[in-house]
Amino acid sequence: MTALLELDEVELAFGGLVAIGGLSLRVDKGEVLAVIGPNGAGKTSMLNLVTRVFTARRGRIRFKGQDIAQMPRARIAHLGIARTFQNIELFDAATVLDNLLLGRHRFGSGRWWQQILRTPALTRLEESHRAKAEEVIEFLDLSPWRNARVAGLPYGVRKVVELGRALCAEPELLFLDEPASGLNPEETRDLAFWIEDIRTELGITVVMIEHDMSLVSAVADRVVCMAQGKMLAEGTPAKVQGHPDVIAAYLGT
Amino acid sequence: MSSHLELFAQLTANGIAVGSIYALVALGIVLIHKATEVLNFAHGDLLVVAAFSAWALIDKAGLSFWLVLPLVALAMGVLAYGLDALVVRRIVGQPQFAGVMLTIAIAFMMRGLVSMGFGTESQSYATPWTGASTEILGVTVADLSLVIMGSVLLIAALLWLFFRYTRLGIAMQAASQNQLAAHLNGVRVKRVNSLVWALAGVTAAIAGIFLAPITLVDTSLWLITLKALAAIVLGGFGSLPGAVIGGILIGLIEQYAGVYLMHGVKDIAAYLVLILVLILRPTGIMGEAHGRRV
Amino acid sequence: MRFDYHTAYRQGFALLPHTSDRVLYGLLIALLLAVPFFASTYLLGELGYVLILCIAAMGLMVLTGFTGQVSLGHASFVAIGAYAHAWLMTQGLPFALSLPLAALISAGAGLVVGIPAIRVSGLYLAMVTLAFSIVVEQVIGLWRGVTGGFMGMLVPNPELLGLSLSSPRAFYYVCLFFALAVLLALLNLMRSGIGRAFVGVRDSEAAAYALGIPVKRVKVGAFGLSAGVTGLAGALMAHHIGYLTPDAFTLLLSLDLVLMVVIGGMGSLRGAILGAILISLLPRAVAALKALLPEAMARQSGMEIFVAGAVLAFFVLFEPMGLNGRWLKLRALLESFPLYRRDTFRRQKSYMRSERNR
Repeated sequence: MTALLELDEVELAFGGLVAIGGLSLRVDKGEVLAVIGPNGAGKTSMLNLVTRVFTARRGRIRFKGQDIAQMPRARIAHLGIARTFQNIELFDAATVLDNLLLGRHRFGSGRWWQQILRTPALTRLEESHRAKAEEVIEFLDLSPWRNARVAGLPYGVRKVVELGRALCAEPELLFLDEPASGLNPEETRDLAFWIEDIRTELGITVVMIEHDMSLVSAVADRVVCMAQGKMLAEGTPAKVQGHPDVIAAYLGT
Repeated sequence: MSSHLELFAQLTANGIAVGSIYALVALGIVLIHKATEVLNFAHGDLLVVAAFSAWALIDKAGLSFWLVLPLVALAMGVLAYGLDALVVRRIVGQPQFAGVMLTIAIAFMMRGLVSMGFGTESQSYATPWTGASTEILGVTVADLSLVIMGSVLLIAALLWLFFRYTRLGIAMQAASQNQLAAHLNGVRVKRVNSLVWALAGVTAAIAGIFLAPITLVDTSLWLITLKALAAIVLGGFGSLPGAVIGGILIGLIEQYAGVYLMHGVKDIAAYLVLILVLILRPTGIMGEAHGRRV
Repeated sequence: MRFDYHTAYRQGFALLPHTSDRVLYGLLIALLLAVPFFASTYLLGELGYVLILCIAAMGLMVLTGFTGQVSLGHASFVAIGAYAHAWLMTQGLPFALSLPLAALISAGAGLVVGIPAIRVSGLYLAMVTLAFSIVVEQVIGLWRGVTGGFMGMLVPNPELLGLSLSSPRAFYYVCLFFALAVLLALLNLMRSGIGRAFVGVRDSEAAAYALGIPVKRVKVGAFGLSAGVTGLAGALMAHHIGYLTPDAFTLLLSLDLVLMVVIGGMGSLRGAILGAILISLLPRAVAALKALLPEAMARQSGMEIFVAGAVLAFFVLFEPMGLNGRWLKLRALLESFPLYRRDTFRRQKSYMRSERNR
């Protein structure tokens, strides 16, 4: 197994408050890694560090061997890292299809003058983006909503659209920030199948931050438990769940 | 005293006097913005309405200034309450921009009504302090300016006490922090918001009544909204003490720029300050920084 | 009801997918082309002016409607375009060269004003643009060497390949040409990658970053594009006015442009055009109204601004999607006639969502 993403002694602080202190983490190519931990453990902060929403005070973040800790925020997607958000961040006034097409941004959309003149080459490029978006629509059963405005969609569908948008970016590494929160059991089951397929069929490495242990046990190869900005335990789902430190962190003793 | 120092002192006194008016207008705008997140572009036109009403009552109807002041202040409070209760309240929950557009629309309508009702000519009226001046430390200050400074300080102090110690004041603060939570805790948010508008209306009335005799009673008085915006930004958006300090600073900067900088800068000094502050230090002097969580 | 059956993605890309649309818009363009043959000189001038306003409104729409950046000072770009064009022409540049150069100069100014957009947004940005336009107005008044100051500046007559374009008919065609060209260019741009990036930045910056959209560049770029288009309108406006003074480009023009965009309906070029038409007709309508009123009321001068305010308030309160929204509703009503539900476009009740933390 080769490491796709490596966090090396990473530290994040807001003023005097240390949110993440000396965290080291390794994500292997092709695995599904679940990150669990009580609220405020620094899970989302860790994700925000990798996607450069925040800047690490210390430490190295390497993606495929390249240090990305200081990279401009908009460059991250171009490396092949995609993410979803805890509180859905969709383009509300646009249609589902436009949201998915926006996911294709990193593959370019022609020169500005081509766009103004709508040259044949641009039309072909748009067609290829559309074809990929349709693949994702097929994969996630979104076809009933294709031309609907996102703002009017039910919560569960919005979550799926966000996942679809990330998939349109054809990432190598996909971060899911609490993908199952707010979903009903049936939707969660669908999600488990999709994550499985994303890994096996699309060959995408998945890191998910999740509280729902049934989902974690069902799809994760490896679990990392964080608390107070540090790693408490890692290993198989069963092993981490039984770890005394993890139980203590959750029960607060 | 050298003539340089004398000029400087005179400019400072003038600057504080003009700045006090800016501060009063800025206070009113910040009050409304803090409570309802509506940036009230119609605030300057409340001043216009107040000034014209005062002129009509003093000059035309012959009432005494001391009767007109509370009368107009009360009327403006009622008007502002009504504006919120009947119109502005309807756009709660829509983007901020809708509030800007709606208050601009209200401003247009008020300006139009004033022109139609009172005519388009500039007017003026006398106050008990018109023409008198006092010499302080070798600087001559118009009595009216002193009264303005005094009333601004008094209003700022009263507002501080009001927000600190009264039930209603604390309810207003609660509603401005989180409307839903305040509502669930029994604060009648809608009425509280309208009362904030009323309060701001009263400050606008006082500012209008005092400002008009210095300049002229004219619809172009509304432009003071823009100066007040510069003051608010300089002081740090959303901070009441910041609005007062920012207002006085803008007044001073304008006076100094008029004398010490090249011709024409005085008129745009406030706006240059606004642009520079927003580019270099968007939080202003007393504002707090916010970030958005994802 | 109408259902589309597409067998290729290309069919979905068509600007006018249905025959009925093509016929209607074709007729409209034919009518616009034929107008000079039966309209009076005065009416032609007015129509040209409406077309210029359409261009300016489309420029502002790109910024406010598509990237969500409010500008309360777009009159400054109209002014910069107008003065740059007039000055370049007095320096001996031909019309055909001076016009695009003026638009470029205005776009450059837009890029500079857009720089604060990197750090501030929303209300703050609106205030920066407002302050900028006041500063520009003042600077034009003081910079006598180039702008003629408050005394004003005469605009040379436009010529193309030795032909004079100053006759009302020729100038109307010039305006029509540019309005259609700008409309087509922006339509194409807004449905391609750049337009999608604009919308992305408007609706969620966090997501836009996560998808690799350079948010800051897009924001500043949108300012440049918008200012360029508005500057082009300004350059044409210079010929319409004929004699430039700073008081042609005040805050009121800025607010008029914002009115057009809001009343037309955010995020739609059709809205910008409908809004521009409505706002430019408003003074005429008020004048017509005054003729019907008793003389005492008709002499009052505040009526225009009052009506403008009332129309704006009406749209903000009752039709936030603007004229374009009304248009879409009418279409939906016609197309789905017996099945149309009144609540299709109804807004949900909502609590105040704070925008302080944006």
